[in-house]
Amino acid sequence: MDVLVFIVSGTLAAATALIFAAMGELVAEKSGVLNLGIEGMMATGAAMGFVAVSLSGSYTVGFVAAAVLGCLLSLVHAVLTLVFRADQTASGLAIGILGLGLSSAIGKSYEGRTVAGLPELNLGPLSDIPVIGEMFFQQDIMVYLSIALIFATWYVLTRTKLGLVIRAIGESPENAHALGLKVRLIRAGCVGFGGAMAGIGGAYMSTAYTPLWAEGMIAGRGWIVVALTVFGTWIVPRVAFGAYLFGSMSLLELSIQAFGWNIPSQAMSVLPYVVTIIMLAVISRNLAFIRLNSPASLGAVLKIS
Amino acid sequence: MSRLVIESRPERTVWAPIQVSLLAVLLTCLGGSVLFMIYGVPPLKGLDAIFIDPLRTSYGVGEILLKMAPLLLIAQGLAIGFRAQIWNIGAEGQLIVGAIAATALAIQFQGTTSPLLLPAMIIAGMMGGMVWAGIAALLRAQFNANEILVTFMLTSVALQLLYYLVAGPMRDPSGFNFPQSIRFDAAAKFPILIEGTRVNASLFIGLVASLIAVIFVQRSLVSYKMSVGGIAPAAATYAGYSSKKAIWLALLISGGAAGMAGVGEVSGPLGMLQRNISPGYGYAGIIVAVLGGLHPIGIIFASALMALVYVGGDFALLSLGVPNAVTGIFQGMLLTFYLACSFLLTSRIRWIKPDALKQEAPAD
Repeated sequence: MDVLVFIVSGTLAAATALIFAAMGELVAEKSGVLNLGIEGMMATGAAMGFVAVSLSGSYTVGFVAAAVLGCLLSLVHAVLTLVFRADQTASGLAIGILGLGLSSAIGKSYEGRTVAGLPELNLGPLSDIPVIGEMFFQQDIMVYLSIALIFATWYVLTRTKLGLVIRAIGESPENAHALGLKVRLIRAGCVGFGGAMAGIGGAYMSTAYTPLWAEGMIAGRGWIVVALTVFGTWIVPRVAFGAYLFGSMSLLELSIQAFGWNIPSQAMSVLPYVVTIIMLAVISRNLAFIRLNSPASLGAVLKIS
Repeated sequence: MSRLVIESRPERTVWAPIQVSLLAVLLTCLGGSVLFMIYGVPPLKGLDAIFIDPLRTSYGVGEILLKMAPLLLIAQGLAIGFRAQIWNIGAEGQLIVGAIAATALAIQFQGTTSPLLLPAMIIAGMMGGMVWAGIAALLRAQFNANEILVTFMLTSVALQLLYYLVAGPMRDPSGFNFPQSIRFDAAAKFPILIEGTRVNASLFIGLVASLIAVIFVQRSLVSYKMSVGGIAPAAATYAGYSSKKAIWLALLISGGAAGMAGVGEVSGPLGMLQRNISPGYGYAGIIVAVLGGLHPIGIIFASALMALVYVGGDFALLSLGVPNAVTGIFQGMLLTFYLACSFLLTSRIRWIKPDALKQEAPAD
């Protein structure tokens, strides 16, 4: 039972940062904008969130600051791709590099410091239920918010007019423009939302999951987030499932150490990357399936005047 | 009321790409000035430290040429793929695997004075980089797996492989458990090119690669076919140009070049394999390729500029105490501003005055 509790509660915590960033990226991609700079935005959010929490002592301030900075950075991407017609790949890489540089500059004098860590939310009797309580109800508030975000994203994208507009723009921005929809504005909004969520995801890493700042701590999670949207074929529940799958994988590394198995730690560290590569190959193999689900204009230069 | 309009340029001058690059550098300087002010450094002093100071001494120029070598090699390789819209962003990983492959030979033939060792290591490094990029090519060509994501993931794998090797199988047995290989023999190292500096013959390889790239880009049918595939994929398919061939070529060439750059590091300034073998040359190479307008000649200048930013960042750290994180921010700004400015290559922004507007309005 202890093992099960460890796996479930650990997975929920480990996947939270991925959930935030992946839901944000999914919304941006649904509107037709690929943002490859997620890694940079998560890193910037992580540094900003950590510094803000250190200075103010408030987690709310930390997460808001991280979201604002992540959003601002992603809006640079929005302006480059939507106004200046830059290639989405090149622009995403550019702000990714910019974000990594910013994160390093922001966090420089905080390197190796720690903060208290986000406390568990007290859910009273629920937390006291044996096993179930330990698995699900002894988490911090961001874990619950990330689950709420999954449902909210799913609801907005599939059940509301806004969702329909976003999807229409992602499928054919030219037609949406002809219909009088504000393509640039809505895309910018989606990209900005994605940046804010990536910032929050990054801040969760540095202030809650491992409450310390170290340069390079995002360690490729931003790229795994981009891969998750492909893995989940742009469908909310599947993307969320992918995030939990990857969350559980990062537990393996801890387990190996706990059980004292003699496997090089590097072999465990590469696991998420190797699995991502295999998953990408397996999922992308079916070209028709990918074409059916991916937003048709994803990655294309916006051609409206 | 006058109005701002965006219109496409009917003609393009040869100088336009150069103007765009220079404008991007200028804007980066402006952005950098703001950055220096945040750090409490007078902007001109900061810019002087980054862009001018390294050029004042022969040591500085030597360091620039030293760092230019890997950037040049990597960017020339990457640009070939970028023109075909094949994005290898994992040059860093290919560099690492190239360095590992070369180191394996240096360890195996320890003590030899054979002049063949270095050429063998260069070839091994190239093959290592090609194998690493080849995995991405295979997955993209056969399984349609996105090469951007795969090459990035492979970089993370390469990094862990490097950590494992320097801590175990490739560690110097008499190195007090430091995570590094043996120090390379003279036969396993590049000869110094310019006396009194650390500039070695790997810069020569980079320049030869640039020459080959010029010929390849401007004279070969293969390169033309790849470019068509990048600009108009449908037209390329219609003309019967194989996209799979383009994928393989782009990744193998760029992987091989990055692998050779890795040899240049371990057989050059480092003289051994260690955990930290590249300050992000693989990623900076992406910027160099784009900043150089994906043109072999432009890339030579762009690599010199990027090397200057690297060295200047170190100088600013030493003389002004500005953290070398500014190097990363400068690199990011260069690429960001370049992308924004290159919009001006195809379009121009014009103020239209009210009477002009009336004239241009169609008669109804």
